[in-house]
Amino acid sequence: MLHQLSWKVGGQQGEGIESTGEIFSTAMNRLGYFLYGYRHFSSRIKGGHTNNKITVRPTEVRSIADDLDILVAFDQETIDVNYKELTETGVILADSKFTPVKPEDSKAPLFVVPFTEVAAELGTSLMKNMVAIGATASLLNLEDEVFQNVVDDIFGKKGEEVVQKNMEAIARGHELMNELLGDRVGDWALAPADGKRRMFMIGNDAVALGALAAGTRFMAAYPITPASEIMEYLIKKLPKFGGAVIQTEDEIAAATMAIGANFGGVRAFTASAGPGLSLMMEALGLSGMTEQPLVVVDTQRGGPSTGLPTKQEQSDLMAMLYGTHGEIPKVVIAPSTMEEAFFDTIQAFNIAEELQLPVILMTDLQLSLGKQSVEPFDYNKIEIRRGKIVTGDIEEAADKAYFKRYEDTEDGISPRVLPGTMNGIHHVTGVEHDETGKPSEASGNRQVQMDKRFRKLAALKFDRPVHSNAPHEEADILLVGFNSTRGAIEEVQERLNAQGMKVNHAHIRLIHPFPSAEVAPLVAKAKKVIVVENNYTGQLANIMKMNVGGHDKIETITKYDGTPFLPGELENRVKELTR
Amino acid sequence: MATFKDFRNTVKPNWCPGCGDFSVQAAIQRAAANVGIEPNELAVISGIGCSGRISGYINSYGFHGIHGRALPIAQGLKMANRDLNVIASGGDGDGFAIGMGHTIHAIRRNIDITYVVMDNQIYGLTKGQTSPRSAAGFITKSTPGGAIEPSLKPLEVALTSGATFVAQGFSTDIKELTALIEAGINHKGFSFINVFSPCVTYNKVNTYDWFKENLTKLADIEGYDNSDRGMAMRTVMEHEGLVTGIIYQDTETASYQEKVPGYSELPLTDIDIKMSENDFNELVKEFM
Repeated sequence: MLHQLSWKVGGQQGEGIESTGEIFSTAMNRLGYFLYGYRHFSSRIKGGHTNNKITVRPTEVRSIADDLDILVAFDQETIDVNYKELTETGVILADSKFTPVKPEDSKAPLFVVPFTEVAAELGTSLMKNMVAIGATASLLNLEDEVFQNVVDDIFGKKGEEVVQKNMEAIARGHELMNELLGDRVGDWALAPADGKRRMFMIGNDAVALGALAAGTRFMAAYPITPASEIMEYLIKKLPKFGGAVIQTEDEIAAATMAIGANFGGVRAFTASAGPGLSLMMEALGLSGMTEQPLVVVDTQRGGPSTGLPTKQEQSDLMAMLYGTHGEIPKVVIAPSTMEEAFFDTIQAFNIAEELQLPVILMTDLQLSLGKQSVEPFDYNKIEIRRGKIVTGDIEEAADKAYFKRYEDTEDGISPRVLPGTMNGIHHVTGVEHDETGKPSEASGNRQVQMDKRFRKLAALKFDRPVHSNAPHEEADILLVGFNSTRGAIEEVQERLNAQGMKVNHAHIRLIHPFPSAEVAPLVAKAKKVIVVENNYTGQLANIMKMNVGGHDKIETITKYDGTPFLPGELENRVKELTR
Repeated sequence: MATFKDFRNTVKPNWCPGCGDFSVQAAIQRAAANVGIEPNELAVISGIGCSGRISGYINSYGFHGIHGRALPIAQGLKMANRDLNVIASGGDGDGFAIGMGHTIHAIRRNIDITYVVMDNQIYGLTKGQTSPRSAAGFITKSTPGGAIEPSLKPLEVALTSGATFVAQGFSTDIKELTALIEAGINHKGFSFINVFSPCVTYNKVNTYDWFKENLTKLADIEGYDNSDRGMAMRTVMEHEGLVTGIIYQDTETASYQEKVPGYSELPLTDIDIKMSENDFNELVKEFM
């Protein structure tokens, strides 16, 4: 009986690989298993190798598994590209349609199953994925009924007959595989799960739901991988809440439209990836200078330029921190779990309104598109704070004097009046301005307003800016990361500690302003600091050096080939560095 | 009820004496008073350039944004608060060069705002370079041998982009211009108003006198029907764009906001944003 199963389905893009993985994993999730799914795909609609790797466990799963127990192949490329991941006991299930060939150095048994042929006999070759799922059910010794409610959900709209046919395809696959396996049926059975229902979602779902729960009523965005799911979710859901999404002509319009809506008093945001973030730089400066709240989600992908649009990378950090010209206060948040993605999105809206500045919520492709099981979010933890919006009556000023929208207050945060309000008229401008928003280039005023804007950051309240697990007072190593590397790092920390090393872990959740007070003691406790990041130049390591020093002991493990860190390779690289 | 004086503030414009923009400002102030709104119910969103300063010279909510982006800011604001009267404004560089993409898409999107372009066929604030509206052959600092590129034709562009309201005015004729802006504010949808607003410092060709000689009032063209897009296009082309009046108006097509599914009748700013526990749990369940 297995305590973890790693399953992968692969084939040509556009032939149902994604839905095969989706149906299998949804059924497993509903049985109460914990899952972590990661898709490998290309920037094209049809063709090109794609695969969906799913790690299933009765206990919490934090990262993609190093290896593979079952490989389901719909083409030869899937076998050739992935067979090396198979464990000693791994197997390959392949469609007879392409006459699969086992690589010479592969020890895994190859089961050739007529997925397409059986599906065609039942009416349509499209159902080959259901036959493959049936075959998987045989290996795992699962009842076909496990898939019934998933099939109902997906095909119910098309009528009872379609549902029946699909269930039949699963049954046929199951029978065929039973015959091929003989007495090995159920050898890959998983330890039972707790049967508890959990959410199964991608990071983009968590962000989109977070935005909705935060009370966003307007989104302006331009489609881009890997951010589009956020706008697509809101397009579906906002009508119920009276709000709207505009698909803009470009990301400049998206960011400035969101600024306009925030000026109006609505929680509005945009979401994009690197190329869009680059186009939004001037708008970020406008938000900072005019003190209009703005939330921008950046789902990092491989850069620069168009880069690797469908691959993992964490290389936009410096652009987020320093991309806009001139100097503005801003906040950059990097959640690393589904739960953090949800609650940090709500926090992003709160902070943007409370401090009246741009907040960038960064994710990366692995977090944005990786699909994971997660306990339902707690409604009672949703908190909405809107800051200094003036709600009462405002006294009429003499001689048409404008409302002091940029009043030089003690904490730097000025009262905010929404357009439409009586006696609240004021001017907002990206030009340096005085307290009422009138352009002013006077040097004294400039200094007052710059100081005022930056003073706001001192009022930032951010709960747990660093997620840390630091059991050792004197650690050999402090592993540091951000966003989706958390699972792999946690796993490696566990393994190395079990091997007798003293490893602490810090995951930076608030990237800017950098939580030096929390990070510095962790750095001090460690002999060596290793910053793990999916980029070439070690951007987080550099940010750490700027903020907490430690130049003599901060090293990096970087990866920029477009693939996420797996625990095994990370473990080896940490060992290489400490040898 | 507010009069045009209520839309004046105490700021002295930094435009050159004789600049056409003074009259555009006055026309906006008069039009706002004429349609019966109060200063706090108006927001003027402007771009960058001499004319972009206009948002600071009108007693209303004002947003002076970044170059070329007045329209997205204005559209976002209107989406947030549909009860506000939103006027976007800027120069020909702002709207037809750096911001042209937004101009076309704002026109076809048809959100209920008014866009007033102060068209002086030159870049003034940067001291005299060619604009997309400069005529071929026009000599400027950036085109010492005369502009090579042909002039952009905003009226034709608007008409082919599906505009529901296209008008053109001349800053000297405040009466006509005020009426055009009023009609634009009252129009249910996106109203595009191009205004010839001469630059007395850097444009010595397209002067007040030049316009007086060359402009034709559509009101003087017998049988002109501004509900006929084809006639509008032909007339504009025949007169090389040198006409004033309401060129085209489509009163049938609904504005963007009326077409957005589920979009609140109340301003979004008036809706309680806290989600109910029941709604939240329903959304959570969809992921289970």
